[in-house]
Amino acid sequence: MLFSAFLQAIREIRRNLMRSMLTAMGIVIGIASVIAMVNIGKGASESITKSVSNLGSNTLYIMPSQEHGPGGNTAFSKPFTMKDVEILKSSIVALQAISPVASASITALYKDQNYQTSVRGVSNDYFSVQNWALKEGRFFEISELRTGQNVCIVGQTVVNKIFPLGESPIGAKIRLQNFSCEVVGMLQTKGANTFGTDQDDLVVVPIKMFQRRISGKEDVPLVMASVKENIPLEEAKIQIEQVLRERRHLKEHEESNFSVRSMTALLDTISNVTSMLTVMLSAVAAISLIVGGIGIMNIMLVSVTERTREIGIRMAVGAMAKDILIQFLIEATVLSALGGIIGLIIGIGITIAVAVAMDIAIIIDPTISVIALVFAMLIGIFFGLLPARKASNMNPIDALRYE
Amino acid sequence: MIKLQQISKIYGSGEVATHVLKNIDLEIKQGEFVAIMGPSGSGKSTLLNILGALDEPSSGTYTFFDSSINSFSKEQLALFRRYILGFIFQGFNLLKKTSALENVMMPLVYQGIDAKSRKEMAYKALKSVGLESHVYYNSNELSGGQQQRVAIARAIVTNPQVLIADEPTGNLDTQRSHEIMELIRSFNQNGITVIMVTHEEDIASFATRTIYLRDGVIERERTHAL
Ligand SMILES: Nc1ncnc2c1ncn2[C@@H]1O[C@H](COP(=O)(O)OP(=O)(O)O)[C@@H](O)[C@H]1O
Ligand SMILES: [Mg+2]
Repeated sequence: MLFSAFLQAIREIRRNLMRSMLTAMGIVIGIASVIAMVNIGKGASESITKSVSNLGSNTLYIMPSQEHGPGGNTAFSKPFTMKDVEILKSSIVALQAISPVASASITALYKDQNYQTSVRGVSNDYFSVQNWALKEGRFFEISELRTGQNVCIVGQTVVNKIFPLGESPIGAKIRLQNFSCEVVGMLQTKGANTFGTDQDDLVVVPIKMFQRRISGKEDVPLVMASVKENIPLEEAKIQIEQVLRERRHLKEHEESNFSVRSMTALLDTISNVTSMLTVMLSAVAAISLIVGGIGIMNIMLVSVTERTREIGIRMAVGAMAKDILIQFLIEATVLSALGGIIGLIIGIGITIAVAVAMDIAIIIDPTISVIALVFAMLIGIFFGLLPARKASNMNPIDALRYE
Repeated sequence: MIKLQQISKIYGSGEVATHVLKNIDLEIKQGEFVAIMGPSGSGKSTLLNILGALDEPSSGTYTFFDSSINSFSKEQLALFRRYILGFIFQGFNLLKKTSALENVMMPLVYQGIDAKSRKEMAYKALKSVGLESHVYYNSNELSGGQQQRVAIARAIVTNPQVLIADEPTGNLDTQRSHEIMELIRSFNQNGITVIMVTHEEDIASFATRTIYLRDGVIERERTHAL
């Protein structure tokens, strides 16, 4: 009985295919957008999570905080020095590596080729914090770091831009601004990060040399540290804060004039934003599903009126009110479920297209697919109820007389 | 088998009330073939619809064997139509864009008969009306006589006790009408009680008894010698 009502429903939908498709359109759009949104959201946040952890999910960024100076100017509070870095390194065992980072945008020159790049003054720990490996050459010698020798390690992009094809940069002298330095190493390529920045676009020099030749100051504007595995980031962060507060003579009640941040904090912000977006867009999708449901109700009401005579015939041969009710309910449900299936397919298509275009992970969540289909069917049942009741409440003789 | 007592049907109320049937008393025995005749508007269809449990009388009692049809619920009436009655309508009333077979199978769906048996029974019924070569034709692709035969097959496929027919030959020419009447007579001879409305004497002559209706009252009746 149920199965033949189902077949009957399919036949009825095929009989008015065009109209049925248009009726189901609201459901199709609603389901497609829910599926696309949820899946794209998941793909995007997975990609971001992945690349942020590539950046180093165990990395801490220690910076002086911005302060509002007189006249609304923003200024940085007291910068760090190499002494701070050394003390942190020796006193906090939770840290795996810690390096000062100072950077400036400078034109690198070799023979007649020049290229503007980011020059960074660091210590050898920088390579460990940032997971850099060497393609050729070596890292800095202790003596080079201590005295601030004119040596540098170059990234792949810089090599491509200023060195002739096939020429090894090792041992070459490149000019940075008004001094030259000898290339002792070349970094393995990393490519672009999630935010689209080319990570290989850099020249690394000893921090001491950077301070003397480029910034002209003893400042360390940024300290990057990586925390040993299986030690919670938060714990290392508290230890660093304690040491630095002491070094900066901050009193109990005073706020820290520096910050210790991790990428996970950034990650939380991103996932907050994505989940907010998902909620908002899901609300839009829910509205379109309700509109779709009303569309189904509308067409089913028309269909019931058109098929009054058929209802009369069915009752005349012995159909009960409940048989008619079930028939029209199933028809509405099949219609909306069909819309749901088409919407699901389109939604998955959009997910894949967008994921490929935006270069994010393709995630098709089976749970949300099932939920969407069940929801589509529930909408069919809910909005099919009124037309089905109208059909089943008919009087056989009146239905038969209907012209 | 069937007993109508003091059956009246009034449409509307007050000034515009029309008494379509007035205190009809009628008894029909099992196996009878009853024709109901009368001028247009005399209440023939109204009477037939009451007998077919499609319509309810305004007053009076309708008894089928020992059951009082008046006191039946909507569901019981549906079951009465489903298992006891077979209906042939004046305008065929087939489902459009639906094959002859599907049309004939429809009443069996409500009897809860499985798909395979449904198909076999419907095919047998269509064969008995001489339409075995047209089972997959859509109802609108068939001629009037063929459509009426599909309607007959649909009415008898459930093997009803009573066959109710409202002008079964109304849309057909004389030759087709006689073919249809032969068919209906054969069902009657197989034990099905037949109640049929017609306004043609030669069609009524297939019946064993004719009731003449005028202005909602039984004017006279005649029993045919076989
Ligand atoms: N639903 C209705 N409402 C009002 N009057 C009706 C209705 N159905 C039938 N009638 C009236 O009842 C009378 C008998 O109708 P009907 O039984 O169809 O006659 P017949 O079949 O003998 O031609 C007619 O005058 C018709 O106008
Ligand atoms: Mg009539």
